[in-house]
Amino acid sequence: MKDNLERIKEESSDAIKKVQTLKQLDDIRVRYLGKKGELTLLLREMGKLNPTERPIIGQMANDIRNGINKRIEEATINLKKKDLELRLQHESIDVTIPGKRKKIGNKHPLTKVLDEVIQIFIGMGFSVAEGPEIETVYYNFDALNHSETHPARDMQDTFYITEDILLRSSTSPNQVRIMEKQGPPIRVIVPGKVFRSDQIDATHSPMFHQIEGLVVDKGITMANLKGTLEVFAKMFYGEKTKTKFRPHNFPFTEPSAEMDCTCSSCNGSGCHICKDTGWIEILGSGMVHPNVLANCGIDPEIYSGFAFGMGLDRIALLKYDISDLRLMFENDKRFLMQF
Amino acid sequence: MLVPIKWLMDYVDIDLEINDFVDFMIMSGSNVESVKETGKNIDKVVVGKIIEIKDHPNAEKLIITNVDVGSEIVQIVTGATNIKEGDYVPVALHGSTLPDGTRIKKGNLRGVESKGMLCSPDELELEAENLPEGTDMTDGIHIFEKEYPLGEDIKKVLGLDDKIIEFEITNNRPDCLSILGIAREAAATLKKDLKYPQIDSPSESKEVDNYISIDVRNIDLCPRLAVRVIKNITIKSSPMWMQERLIKSGVRPINNIVDITNYVMLELGQPMHAYDLKKLNKRKIIVRNANKNEKITTLDEKDRVLDESVLVIADEERAIGVAGIMGGFDSEIENDTREVAIECANFNPVSIRKSSKLLGLRTEASSRFEKGLDMELASFALNRACYLIEKLGAGEVVDGIIDFYPNKKNKRVIKFDTDRVKWLLGIDVKISEVKRMLKSLEFEVTGNKMLDIIVPTFRDDIMMEADINEEIARLYGYDNIPSKLMDTTFTQGLVSDKQKIVDIAKNCLTAQGLFEVLTYSFVSPSSFNKIKLNKDNSSRNAIKLINPIGEDQSIMRTTIIANMLELISRNYNRKVDDGCFFEISKVYLAKSLPLNELPEEKDVLTIGMYGGGYDFYDLKGIIENLLSALNIENYKVVADNHETFHPGKVAKLLINNKTIGVFGEVHPIVIDNFDIPLSVFVGEFDFDELVLQTDLDRKYKPLPKFPSIERDIAIVVSDEISAGQIDEIIRTKGAKLVEKVELFDVYKGSQIEEGYKSLAYKIVYRSSEKTLTEKDITKAHNKILNSLANQVGAILRQ
Ligand SMILES: [Zn+2]
Repeated sequence: MKDNLERIKEESSDAIKKVQTLKQLDDIRVRYLGKKGELTLLLREMGKLNPTERPIIGQMANDIRNGINKRIEEATINLKKKDLELRLQHESIDVTIPGKRKKIGNKHPLTKVLDEVIQIFIGMGFSVAEGPEIETVYYNFDALNHSETHPARDMQDTFYITEDILLRSSTSPNQVRIMEKQGPPIRVIVPGKVFRSDQIDATHSPMFHQIEGLVVDKGITMANLKGTLEVFAKMFYGEKTKTKFRPHNFPFTEPSAEMDCTCSSCNGSGCHICKDTGWIEILGSGMVHPNVLANCGIDPEIYSGFAFGMGLDRIALLKYDISDLRLMFENDKRFLMQF
Repeated sequence: MLVPIKWLMDYVDIDLEINDFVDFMIMSGSNVESVKETGKNIDKVVVGKIIEIKDHPNAEKLIITNVDVGSEIVQIVTGATNIKEGDYVPVALHGSTLPDGTRIKKGNLRGVESKGMLCSPDELELEAENLPEGTDMTDGIHIFEKEYPLGEDIKKVLGLDDKIIEFEITNNRPDCLSILGIAREAAATLKKDLKYPQIDSPSESKEVDNYISIDVRNIDLCPRLAVRVIKNITIKSSPMWMQERLIKSGVRPINNIVDITNYVMLELGQPMHAYDLKKLNKRKIIVRNANKNEKITTLDEKDRVLDESVLVIADEERAIGVAGIMGGFDSEIENDTREVAIECANFNPVSIRKSSKLLGLRTEASSRFEKGLDMELASFALNRACYLIEKLGAGEVVDGIIDFYPNKKNKRVIKFDTDRVKWLLGIDVKISEVKRMLKSLEFEVTGNKMLDIIVPTFRDDIMMEADINEEIARLYGYDNIPSKLMDTTFTQGLVSDKQKIVDIAKNCLTAQGLFEVLTYSFVSPSSFNKIKLNKDNSSRNAIKLINPIGEDQSIMRTTIIANMLELISRNYNRKVDDGCFFEISKVYLAKSLPLNELPEEKDVLTIGMYGGGYDFYDLKGIIENLLSALNIENYKVVADNHETFHPGKVAKLLINNKTIGVFGEVHPIVIDNFDIPLSVFVGEFDFDELVLQTDLDRKYKPLPKFPSIERDIAIVVSDEISAGQIDEIIRTKGAKLVEKVELFDVYKGSQIEEGYKSLAYKIVYRSSEKTLTEKDITKAHNKILNSLANQVGAILRQ
């Protein structure tokens, strides 16, 4: 009996070592431990042993059964691991085959740039407003302190619908509309379409986009104008951007200034984008003209403010290095996909 | 405004490098557009005299010249045909450089040595319109009009060793349309003195009256007219230095008298005109409005027809010049002119601008007058011209001046509180410094803290305190103004609900594969026909522009559909196979035409898609997703009629029973009008209305506590029955137990009788109160089936 047990131990151990599949392993389990398995049958004959041998052989048989179970368990884990490895090997794919892409669209590049600008100004406490694209001569010119003979009033420059109604030639009429509607403090930007009688070419379009800004309050100075627009330039073009304010002339601001930024594509060393100057003209600005404040019922002795306006299209062309403005309005899908 | 730096230095001392000077000027408000260096690169090109011309032994088209360049005689082979012995010409010697950087070396031309090159105006980059009159501009060698020292550097001879700055002069500063004006700015900027040019002051003598009389018949349009007379004139070329300055300023030299008037115009900004006295009928200068259809031939030899709005200079007989714009051809100065009257006036800027536009004639003179000139300048400039005439020996100035100046303008006085400098500019400037700055710009300043400032007559742009502050700011330097952030505690940045909704919509649409587009707000009137709008469709009531850039952009759009089809056509024709696009922009709806008040500007959302196997339901799905992104639930889609669309594939969208838009497949005739051979799907929606219907306030609905049970049914109904009807029956009859109805199959074909269709639905039942039993569901389900059978004749497919 003892010999038989030893034999079963040896044989089963060898068999388990050679096993290749889970099925073979199960066969081995049945052969030794099943209801009619060799070990099971042997144990049934335990009764024939004398009482002194019985516990010893019993102990031995139990050990052997546990041993077989343990080995089968280990072998199972190994086999499963091998199986998995094998399966994973078979399942390997060509990862360089292109991915399956859901079709997604895109916002127009002008919208993307506008969103960026809006976010910056919101962070500085500005609200966003809008105003009519078809305007009165009063809001577009008169209230903005344009003289009766200002050339911008010419039919050559501005689209007219009647003698008194026109397509706004800038977003500046909104300065007046906002000041009329709302007293100080005012801190607002107004983006929108504007229209000028220009033939379409690489740098001109009869319709384009501006962003107007207006601040009116007590104690606003030109230092605030500079501070605010410098922050905008740094946030939009990067921390290293430098700005330069040059005197200029606009009818509705006094003093007036144009702001240049260091060219973001060459960092000021000169390139084709900045025409080798290192600087790019970004916006026009100035302290709100006292006549304009007065036209809107705000006392220029008490309140002051600044205004600015920038060409969205121009900023976007520069940002994306697009050389032809017409692309913005042609809406070729291959163009729109790039942003 | 072109300013040769050497000329500028007559009036102000500039001890800076050109680039630094330009930077200073830009920062004090005189913007610079360009700096041109004349004669840049030119090296070792000298004056030579051709002393001999011989035939070339080996080439018929070449000649051999011997040229005296002072230090030696050089042999040069050339193909030029316009030279003769004795001509003075520019010679590029061996080792010389031309403006374009070309190096000239000695060489051998068909066996004959050539030690340099004779130059054409082109090769020296001399511009024809700027060269002295009479210069031979044929293709040959440039031949000097006089005998210069041999061997002299041609940069010196042609005045090419100069720099020309082009200033951008803003509308408010006509005083800077002159060398002296720029010099004044430079002097104030660099803190230097300004040197005024010398003049010939007339005495009280009335001698001039013996030569001429004047009659100003329109004081409004000609508030000042000054005239002086020159006698014993010898017409000849003006001196080379004057010609050079004119050329560099873009004015072509003509003769001494004309050149002097032009020179003074550039120098002081005051145009004037010289008339040959003997050609003036009764020796009289009259300033009057033209007669209707009055004719004049201007100096440019063009016949012009005037009307009563145009001011002319005339004699007793006829117009001899268009006032402030151009003189007449038949009173022109000629070589035999002995006496001239120089007329120097101030004209109404608006009148000049209108006349200039009417005649399509813009000149150096008109572009100055139309900006409004200093009234005081007329006599000063005239006396300056007389000074130059005497100095250059061009003629004898008759003593006395006729000066018609009835309403002398008072100088403007501005009270200025120096505290307002800090108040507006945020800078501390000493009162003494404020005064110094203003005085440097020729303001007269008195007082302390509260200043009385007398504005010089040439600064009509200075009207009030803010203008004075600007002068201080620009001389202080914008660069030196500190940058200060505003307090952000009291204003919070906000976007409106509408802006938020626009954002949500754009994000939802782009996520579904649509590209945002931007198209022009003006369209062609023919676009209505192209999209087949009925004659009485109110969308045809479009607002017209008076002055469009072309017929194709002449009306304000009332719909974006035509723009959308146009861009789809463009994409298709550029071989882009498919595309989905949207635009959210304004359309312009007149309350009445012609406009007497501002129109309604309505935002619309327009969607367009083509190719890619898209059909009606792709478009509908996009819209449904959008509605769900906007949290709009109570909407309906029903079949519609619209002439732009396929009559069987068009629907309208209703939200809370209000029509919001129309969408569907575009009518085959319409897509044909746009040259698109594919099906196109378009929708247009009132975006402002969508905004009103949007509920940004979303609330969580609890997740279901009880399980759902699904039942599938397939029914056969007549083709006339719409899925919408069936859907509605299922939902209403299922009472509150139907959670979801999903149409998952539509079948027509051999299995089904002609004129019928099979629809397969999945119905999801769920109660929010309990777990539904088989009995509950069967009851509801049977009720639905019975209603379907009764109301739409549905037959259950087994
Ligand atoms: Zn650059």
